[in-house]
Amino acid sequence: MSGGTQLENANPLIFQRSGERLLTATDEDEDVHDPIDDREIFDLIRSINDPEHPLSLEELNVVEQVRVKVDDVASTVDIQFTPTIPHCSMATLIGLSIKVKLLRSLPDRFKIDVQITPGTHASEDAVNKQLADKERVAAALENSQLLEVVNQCLSTRTA
Amino acid sequence: MAADSALLLSLVEEFVSGLQDSRAKDTATGVKDGQFTVLQLVEALGLSLTSSQPHTRARGVQLLSQVLQECYGELSESEVEVLIAFYENRLKDHYVITPYVLQGLRALTKCTVLPPGSAVSMLRSLFQDVHVQSLMLAERACVYNMLINLMESREAELKGLGADFVFGFVQSMDGERDPRNLLLAFQIAKNIIHRGYDLGKFAEELFEVTSCYFPIDFSPPPNDPHGITQEELIQTLRSVLTGTPRFAEFLLPLIIEKLDSDVQSAKLDSLQTLTACVSLYEHKDLAEFLPGLWASLRREVFQTASEKIEAAGLAAVTALTSCLSRSVLNSDSEDSLSTFLGLVLEDCQHHLSEPDLKLVWPSAKLLHAASSASCRASHVVTAAVLPSLIEQYSSRTECSQRRTLLEVLQGFILSVKTSQSSEKDESVFLPFRQSLCSIVFSALLESNAGLQITATCVLTSLGRQTGLLLDSDVLLAVEHLTRLVLEEEDHKVSLAIVECAGALAKLQPAAFITKMIPRLKLEIFTESMDQDNVNTLPTEHSHHAVRQRCLSALAAVSTEPSVVQESTPVLLEVLSSAHTGSVVFSVEEVVSVCRSLQRIAEQARDTEETGRCFHDVIIPRLLALALQAALQGESGSSGRRSPLVEEAVLSAMVPVISTTCSRIQPTFAGQTASRAVSLFLDGDVSFLPDNSFPSHIQLLKQQQPGASWSQTQLVCLLMGCVCSLPRSVEVPQLDRLLSELEELSCTCSHPLSYTSAAKCYAGLVNKREPGDSLDGLIQKTMKRVCCELDSPSSPVRTQAFTLLLWVAKALLLRYHPLSTALTDKLFSLLGDADLGSMAADGFSLLMSDSDDVLSRCCHADVRIMYRQRFFSENSAKLVQDFNSAPQEKKPSYLKALSNIVNKLPKQVQVTELPALLSLLLEALSYPDRGVQLSTLSCLEPVLLDPPPALIQQLEALVSRLLALTSSPAMSVRTTSLRCIQALSRFPEHEILPFRSRVLRGLSRPLDDRKRLVRSEAAEARGAWFLVGSPGGS
Repeated sequence: MSGGTQLENANPLIFQRSGERLLTATDEDEDVHDPIDDREIFDLIRSINDPEHPLSLEELNVVEQVRVKVDDVASTVDIQFTPTIPHCSMATLIGLSIKVKLLRSLPDRFKIDVQITPGTHASEDAVNKQLADKERVAAALENSQLLEVVNQCLSTRTA
Repeated sequence: MAADSALLLSLVEEFVSGLQDSRAKDTATGVKDGQFTVLQLVEALGLSLTSSQPHTRARGVQLLSQVLQECYGELSESEVEVLIAFYENRLKDHYVITPYVLQGLRALTKCTVLPPGSAVSMLRSLFQDVHVQSLMLAERACVYNMLINLMESREAELKGLGADFVFGFVQSMDGERDPRNLLLAFQIAKNIIHRGYDLGKFAEELFEVTSCYFPIDFSPPPNDPHGITQEELIQTLRSVLTGTPRFAEFLLPLIIEKLDSDVQSAKLDSLQTLTACVSLYEHKDLAEFLPGLWASLRREVFQTASEKIEAAGLAAVTALTSCLSRSVLNSDSEDSLSTFLGLVLEDCQHHLSEPDLKLVWPSAKLLHAASSASCRASHVVTAAVLPSLIEQYSSRTECSQRRTLLEVLQGFILSVKTSQSSEKDESVFLPFRQSLCSIVFSALLESNAGLQITATCVLTSLGRQTGLLLDSDVLLAVEHLTRLVLEEEDHKVSLAIVECAGALAKLQPAAFITKMIPRLKLEIFTESMDQDNVNTLPTEHSHHAVRQRCLSALAAVSTEPSVVQESTPVLLEVLSSAHTGSVVFSVEEVVSVCRSLQRIAEQARDTEETGRCFHDVIIPRLLALALQAALQGESGSSGRRSPLVEEAVLSAMVPVISTTCSRIQPTFAGQTASRAVSLFLDGDVSFLPDNSFPSHIQLLKQQQPGASWSQTQLVCLLMGCVCSLPRSVEVPQLDRLLSELEELSCTCSHPLSYTSAAKCYAGLVNKREPGDSLDGLIQKTMKRVCCELDSPSSPVRTQAFTLLLWVAKALLLRYHPLSTALTDKLFSLLGDADLGSMAADGFSLLMSDSDDVLSRCCHADVRIMYRQRFFSENSAKLVQDFNSAPQEKKPSYLKALSNIVNKLPKQVQVTELPALLSLLLEALSYPDRGVQLSTLSCLEPVLLDPPPALIQQLEALVSRLLALTSSPAMSVRTTSLRCIQALSRFPEHEILPFRSRVLRGLSRPLDDRKRLVRSEAAEARGAWFLVGSPGGS
């Protein structure tokens, strides 16, 4: 973020981060099977970095727990995310980051669906189509520049 | 003499024509020993110095210069004068000679007898005849060193040269490239500026020639042969650039320009340089650059992703503001402080009215930074900002917005605190006092936890400023806090409340004594209304929670002696009612009472008043209650057991006593110690309150085996007292005490009793004077212990082992020579069928800090690095024993090893690891879970900064760790996954070959049945995906 460049949305709304998931007694109990639930998926994606701000997707309210749906038995995950402004040029990149994060963190059996929250982006359909297309996602990750940006979004910040 | 001159001639001949460099050294020795003089040397050199061959002349000058380097101290003033004239003349000679001429001149600059005027003439010819930057590295260094030497010894003469000196220097260093020389050149420039040399009209030239290196970007060569760091260069250059206000007009535009850079380190350096330079500047130096500087600073704070840069930017704002506040204004100049603050307010103030948006915090931080700079600045900023913040707080209704506003307000209160502590001025917040107090009190009434917590912090900071809380406000605050202690159930909020109460009680003890303590006492003693009703578990639970909160609040407010006098009687009363049963308290509540007493003992100011209170009232009372409970427990007449015989309660009482006794008040502590010893040895109960005890009490004797544990376990209280005394306090009847303790620890069957007796014995042994009596004592004990341990049928082997372990620890800590015998015995027990695993666990105790006895806070004799010593003396033996042990006994050895390595300091682990690595890897593949876990926890910290030996074993490490991710034990799975994640930070080229294997291996734990395991797996796999991938590191 150099001096000269102007951000698309320099002063976005900030939302509070939810705390760490509270540990319960059953979490420590060896004999109990914990199913994968909405909160667990949300915990995976909430700390993804925004491509232009030093903030997480959760703080910008791009992802919310209510827009995360998981069915452990049927092995499906549905996620909707909300770009901060309707013309956000980063929408595809954010969607791609979410998708890649889940591909890396969930077992193979899951079918992962990432979409823009209906009515929140100008080119909603085009982005959704891109994100749903397996071939295009795979092709995007072959592009080393794109992969670099995605990896930066997914790496834990050290600064 | 003739022989000498012949020798000299031959030396010169061999050096000049024979090219034998070693002859220079011989010649120098000759001159130093007085064999020949410098004059003779010059005469002998005559021919070579006048030769028509430049190389011969060079050789001649070289010899002379090298000799001078050795013996410049022995020259006379006239000799120096002649030599300087000679060398100055030689500067005009052929270029091959110049290096040696410079060497000679440098040697001469070190002379103490330099004739007046020679420094100036030397420099004049140097600047005139030599183009420094076309010389080689070493010769350039030679020139700089000459300048440094002359600046040290001939400052007045050089200053006489005026600006010519600066000009000459500027010309010499212009274009310097080597960091080694730059360091010297910067040193000279720094001297020029800081020692007041006349810059004349060359200020800009001097600035240009140094500032072209700013910001410094230098990474030393890999093996760092010269030991020059980037930081060193940055600091010296910074002290040049920031040294004088005359550079201001050049430096400030440069800083503004460099702040635009994309390189983070350049930004950081620029900001730090700005902060450093304004400390010398005045407002007129800054005035014209203020808008530009502010625009850059604002951009850095608003947009940066790095906390370091943000902090540096804020520091620069503070420095700028304080520079502007410091300046004395003329009647005609404008007030640049208010101009600058006007800029800041204009850009930041409106963001404060959007508390949801991102920029509210950077703006608030900038304003905080500006207002913390000076009193005037804080007046201007608070007057402009606070009214609108206060108004917004009342108009906004959302809790999150109110919380942000309140946090911003708190920032202002905290920022002003630092600048005003010394002045007696009225606080800048005085005009807003009323509104601030009402905001805080209304926020305390809210139900939002975050808001309440912030409100308590603001309340604390208001209380710390003089004059902001009136007496009526303090009373109101105490009422609010008391109410919240009683009612607030959120754990975080009640912690914040208790902390705030503690801070305010330090400042306003009276209000807490009159208002809070009586109310808390009432609440503690109120029994739950419907305790017969079984269906009211939740209220029972909440009543318990209220009591706990009251107890911790009581402890928190008790820092001032006056409060301690009021609060401790309440706590003691709880203990005695719990004992008599007049009010029902659970064991847990009684334990909390003891914890509160302990906290008071720790935090109360160490005055005579509190000391007396603890030694004369609290400890006798505690002992009396415990003794009554013990006697009653034995008689069993009342049908109910007093909670004071419970192990948990007694263990909580121990730290109260030990904390009190470890305080440095020898008279009180000595008195308490002798009372306690006579109580335990002779049954002397005279100092205990409400004395209704039977006469022949024998607490350390076990009358009927198995029956009297309630009395023998009281030995832990004795331990708390006698083991924590300062070493200057003598324990009475020590020998008798020791022998009774030994007897008790070897015969008693009650675990708390024999363990406490062993610990008490060890604590006393640790502090005992060295000498024959101590050695005799240890040998006697050792004999008894070994005798029990060696007979497999003995009923008291565990007891003997416990005593052995604690005595071994006591001796190990003080480096006693006999400790080896005891630890050897422990090692031999690793092969024991019954005690083997206990012995392995015992090594963990041996190596860790214990909290109640044998710790430094109990004044025990603990030598530094005893762990390393123990490890280095015993590791080889342990490995050897392991190799020779039968298969079924190996786990004990592995466990002992990992227990020992676990507790070693990291530096030692890293150096010792190569020797033990194969053993640790073997331990990983051992089926015993305890061994696996303990080894993993020992590997985990080492993996964060891996030694080379570990990297060679990557193959084995990766496959073992991956195998452990499917272990049946959850803790093994999570720890091994954490280790795998740590592996991802190894050097990339080493781990890249394993990437796909690890990623494949980690896909299984992603579907683990436990969530905690899955989240570790997801993190580890994410980290490994980044290995060798663009943007990954």
